[in-house]
This record gives sequence, C-alpha cells and structure tokens, in this order.
Amino acid sequence: MFKLSPKLSQKIFYTLLAISTAIVIVPVLLIVFIIIKNGWSAISWEFLTTMPTDGMRAGGILPAILGTLSIVACAICITLPVGVCAAIYLNEYAKDNMLTRIIKLAIVNLAGVPSVVYGLFGLGIFVMLLGFGVSIIAGALTLSIMELPVIITTARGALNSVPYAFREASWSLGVSKWQTIRRVVLPNALPGIMTGAILSISRISGETAPILFTAAAFYVPHLPQSMFDQVMALPYHLYIISTQIPNMPKNIIFGTALVLLMMVLSMSLFAIIARLYFRKKRKW
Amino acid sequence: MVEKIRVENLNCYYKDKQALKNLNITVEKNEILSIIGPSNSGKTSFLRTLNRMNDMNVDFSRDGEIYLDEENIFEMNPEKLRTRVGMLFAMPIPLPMSIYDNIAYAPRVLGLKNKKNMDEVVEQSLRDASLWDEVKDRLHTSAIKMSGGQQQRLCIARILAIEPEVILFDEPCSGLDPISTAKVEEAMLKLKQKYTIVLVTNNVKQASRVGTRTAFFLMGELVEIDKTSTLFVSPRNKKTEDYITGRFG
Repeated sequence: MFKLSPKLSQKIFYTLLAISTAIVIVPVLLIVFIIIKNGWSAISWEFLTTMPTDGMRAGGILPAILGTLSIVACAICITLPVGVCAAIYLNEYAKDNMLTRIIKLAIVNLAGVPSVVYGLFGLGIFVMLLGFGVSIIAGALTLSIMELPVIITTARGALNSVPYAFREASWSLGVSKWQTIRRVVLPNALPGIMTGAILSISRISGETAPILFTAAAFYVPHLPQSMFDQVMALPYHLYIISTQIPNMPKNIIFGTALVLLMMVLSMSLFAIIARLYFRKKRKW
Repeated sequence: MVEKIRVENLNCYYKDKQALKNLNITVEKNEILSIIGPSNSGKTSFLRTLNRMNDMNVDFSRDGEIYLDEENIFEMNPEKLRTRVGMLFAMPIPLPMSIYDNIAYAPRVLGLKNKKNMDEVVEQSLRDASLWDEVKDRLHTSAIKMSGGQQQRLCIARILAIEPEVILFDEPCSGLDPISTAKVEEAMLKLKQKYTIVLVTNNVKQASRVGTRTAFFLMGELVEIDKTSTLFVSPRNKKTEDYITGRFG
C-alpha cells in the first residue's frame, strides 16, 4: 500500500466532494435550460388563454391549466384542515400509547406508498364506490389523501418548533389547553404550516398517476363547470401530447412542460421567500 | 392566622421514583412561606402540585389531599384552580407578543375584563410588579426585548392581572443579577399585603430576607418549618443547621 501525502489526499477528496455537489445541480439546470430553449417560442397570451384546436396540435392549453388549478385547489382545501387538525391532536393531545404509535407508523407508511397505488385506490373508492365518477372531486380527494402524511409531518414540525415553555406559561395562567393552542401555539406555528402547505401544492400540481384514473380526461371540449366534471390536467395533457398524438409540434410539448414547471417552481420559490420572511420576523 | 392551604399526607411520584414523602404542611394567609433545600428535595414538585401543573406530566401520580380554603384542589377544575393559584417559573417566559398583550392575554381569554378596563388592569398590574415606570412608554413593543429582570417582573404582572389568591414562585431569581433580584424581592414583599406567597428558592439568604416562615425540605421530606427568624437563629434539627450554615449541600 502506498500512502498519499495529507495535502494530496485533501485535494483529491475536496475535488470528489465538489464534483458530487455539482452533479446534483447539473440535471436541474439542464432540465430548465432544455425546456426553456425548446418551449419558449410556444409561450404567448393565446397559448395560456385559449382552447386547444386541430386535435391539440395548435391553440392553447387553457382547459388543462384550469383543470390542474381546480383539482389542486380542491385538494388543498380538503387536506390542509384535516392534516393540521390531525397534527394538533397528535402533537398536543395524544398520549404516548400503542394506538398513537400505530397511527404515527401508519402516517410514515402512507408517505411511502407509490402514487399510482393512490390512483387505483381513488378509482375504487371515490370514482366507483362513492359514485363520483371521473371528476375534479374524485381527483382532489385522491390527491388530498396522498398529501395528508406530508401535511401532518410538516405541521407537527411547525408545532414542535413552538417552545414548550410558552404552553406552560399559558396553562399556568389558567388558560385551557385548547385556548393555549389557539392563541399561542397556532399563531406561532402558522408560518411553518403555511410554507409546508405551499410546497405541498407545488408537489401535487405535478402529480400524474393519482389523477390518471380519477380526474383527468384526454380531451374535454369545454371548461370545467362543476366539481363532478372530468377535466384536462397539465401533467396528463403533457403525457398525451408527447406520446399519443402524431405530428405534434415540438414547441407546444415543451411549452406545456414549461408552464407546468413554472407553476411548480414559482410556488416553491414563494414558499422559500415566505419562510425567510417569517424567520426574520420571528420574535423569540 | 388564617389557614389558606392545607396539605395532608401528600405523596408524589414520577413513575416509580418518589419525590415527596408523606408531606403535611399549611400555608397561612398573607404570609411568604419560603421553601429551601438542596436540589432533588422535592421543592419544585411540591409547588407544581399546588396548582396542578404536574397534571400535564404523564409520569406523575400522587396520593394525599390538598385543600385551598377547605376546598379539595383535586376535585376542582384545574384551569379554575390556576386562576386562583398563579405560578412564576424559574426562567422568565414572556409570550412572543407585546408587553401590553402579555398582561392582557389571560384576562382576555378568560373573559375577566371588558376592553375599557383593560388599560387600568395593565397599568395596575405593572405598578404592583414595580415595572410600570420602566415600560410605560413602550407598552406595545415586544416583551422578548426586555432584560431578564424586567421579563421576570412582567411575568409577575401577568399573574397579578388575573387576581389570584396565592402566587407560587419557583426559584424566581436564579437567573437574575443582584439588583434585579432585589427588585423582584421588593415586589414580593409588597405583594404580601394582598396575596399569599409560596417561594421556592436555592438562595438561603433570600429566604431569610423575605420569608415569613421558612420550611426546609430534604430528600422529599419536610425536615423543619418555623418562623424565619427562629429557624435561622436556632434551628431544631441538625440537618437544617448544617444546610443554612453552608456545611451541607
């Protein structure tokens, strides 16, 4: 065995670590670059605000944008209150017993279930058993169940970050547990909960498998009218136009991907900025 | 003297560990009862049992009874009890809101006062805690930015705003400098007129300065309780003497 000089080994490992870090960034930059380069020419006001025409080979993607927005809005309206309530219960009220531990384990496992399984679950329960049909509401319910563990975990983290001493101080003044949560714990945990929620929105906007069987349609000639309508959705639309339609103009495919990417990235960016803002404003 | 609190055969446990052993003690109205003793002697456990803050601890259990004005506290609503028996912690814990809101917080939530009276309540509480002159011009700034001594007096004012009958002080000056300590002690002596005070302290001198009576706890047992002047001049028990003269603990 030969021995490297300390200086040389330092250099080698420094380089290795730096390269690994660079490898992490390269794909992100490449994806953004390729999509912008190929899709920029398709982006126009018409593209964002009109219906697709000519078998989707021309025109805009308005129904897909609206479809995704309505599914995601519905989903977050369901998952956020339920998730936050569950997090409050688990964090502030639940005693550390067998049942609580099983629930926590279930939440961890729920987070690991592949998204296509959620899609099939939604098809079985919401679309068929409850008879919602392929619709916004069925897709939103499926997505909200998928996102529940993430919301619960981030909300619990936010609740945990509020010092226990604040709770004790409040209880010692004769304020009940619930009032303490409402007046002291929740207001201070809210920034963390909200950033978690925004990241969840951005994550579920891009999900395809869960809405594949529950909400998304190949083509709908009109805009969504009610919760029980089938809709077009951006991720699924992207899949269709890239694989199912011959002679599809390339810039429309990449343009659609660009719109989806921008929706997701801008929400993540918003969450990061909000987090920085609240961290600066935090008073303890 | 009128009896305010009576403790009968109190035993406290954290899981299997016994923190208080067969405690019998009374607190008289408008006195400052100082409790001294080395760490792990059950002083804080006793205090946290008096307003049932230990209820929040799942490992805690007890037997024996405590009476507040002849009313069993374990049969009372714990929230109601805590508005009658306030508590000040070792570390000052201002809530992350303004000075004004810190004091108005509990009266608002409990619905004790209407809005017009709130200004008066805040001013009176701050005056009684000897803090008014220092903060009257910045009531709406954050309480977190105050000094440690001011924060602790704010916490006293916060308790006064709910007008309790008994105030429990849990080593209230352990993190404070001598001048801040003197101010807190001054506030305490003033409060004695209106309130009954139980003071747990690691500072033997503090007990001798402010205590009407002093109790010495050791290993979860009450060793001796007497008038402060008597206990410090002629303690009956050898262990008490060793502790207050600093030969022990």
